[in-house]
Amino acid sequence: MSKQHVTTTINGEPAEFLAEPFMSLLDALRDEMHLTGSKEGCGSGDCGACSIIVDGRLVCSCLMLAVEAEGHEIITIEGVANGDELHPVQRKFLEHAALQCGYCTPGLIVATKALLDRHPNPTETEARYWLAGNLCRCTGYDKIIRAVMDAAAEMRGVTA
Amino acid sequence: MSLSYASPTTVNEAVALLTGATGLTKILSGGTDLLVQLRSGRVKPDIIMDTKKIPGILGIIETEAGFVIGAATPGAVIGEHAGLAAAYPGIVEAANLIGSTQVQGRASLAGNLCNASPAADSVPAMITAGAIAIVVGPNGQRAVPVEQIVIGPGRTSLARGEFILEFKLPKPAARSSGAYLRFIPRTEMDIAVVGAAVNVTLDAAGVITHARVSLGAVAPTQLLVVDGANAIIGSKLDDAALAKLDAAARAVCNPIDDKRGTIDFRIKVAGVLARRAAAIAVQRALGQAAGTKH
Repeated sequence: MSKQHVTTTINGEPAEFLAEPFMSLLDALRDEMHLTGSKEGCGSGDCGACSIIVDGRLVCSCLMLAVEAEGHEIITIEGVANGDELHPVQRKFLEHAALQCGYCTPGLIVATKALLDRHPNPTETEARYWLAGNLCRCTGYDKIIRAVMDAAAEMRGVTA
Repeated sequence: MSLSYASPTTVNEAVALLTGATGLTKILSGGTDLLVQLRSGRVKPDIIMDTKKIPGILGIIETEAGFVIGAATPGAVIGEHAGLAAAYPGIVEAANLIGSTQVQGRASLAGNLCNASPAADSVPAMITAGAIAIVVGPNGQRAVPVEQIVIGPGRTSLARGEFILEFKLPKPAARSSGAYLRFIPRTEMDIAVVGAAVNVTLDAAGVITHARVSLGAVAPTQLLVVDGANAIIGSKLDDAALAKLDAAARAVCNPIDDKRGTIDFRIKVAGVLARRAAAIAVQRALGQAAGTKH
């Protein structure tokens, strides 16, 4: 099985890696690029723990081949903070204790960033539907949704 | 044999690759079904051919004649196209029911169709809209009504070397619209137990002059229910017409019996959803006549 050379942009930086033809993008991010923030929960697109943003669209990195990343722009959880400064969504997840084990958290934060980039003023129902593909087995969704709505308000400049 | 991934940049290159390939070749659009099958070992392809670098296969074009939807256009893009949503709300709502936001970022109409699940949500909606699949292959191009693509669970009528390049939708007639409804045990992230799509065209008096009805998940393939359409054509969707539509929908069902829905349940729900989808389609067509957005 011959590896293919993939050139892409990850978190704003040019990146390249070698990928086996049928390797998932999630495996390439974790094993080739050592970006282990994206998690594998189900490997079948049901849990959202591997969520990334590709060309502005939220996707499951387990449902993309690594070779499909050629020429595209990828944002992973590692690219959400601005250096040492947490993204408002990350800060609100901490403030609201919207996590316990934390396994689903990178995916939820990336999915929430994608939501708020596109819809800065979602209703709670819209937020819940948008995040329906991100499963959490411990915290429960109420704290997560509170963090999402609070982050949205802060990012719009509204005091909650 | 070594596994390989290919991403041809022209139709001719893609067709040559498909016809010349030995071993199992799988066509990749959004990949939201294929990658799951790959990982589970249910399919073991030798070659994966990604269509997404072929010009025209991603995106939606609105023309005088109607719409051309690239075969690999993701659901999220379909959902954001205001013109398509106004003309064919049934297709847009059906495509957008498939999976999560993440799945919507990749999943395509061609993939939903060619994966050939009886429960594929977008297929009944495309059938009732009169969507035509433009199939390309070694013998050139052919235009195939969507209801002729799926021939059984996991099986399509596409010949070796063929794949779908795009879908064509006619410019909708005045006072026409559509709707798709599905039953699932939850509110999101599930697979249809029954799906029903209806498209109607009304005359100036609100009488249905043209209709198409299609059901999903109640037979090995999606069904075009001609008797259901005939039941409501010539009516204003009064109770008698709705009762006939309900009966016609139930009559064609040949569903499986499983824990998600018994045979009796699926048949009953098929009639109910056909009625409700027809009512929404008519309301939308009336709203369009009144110049309101739906």
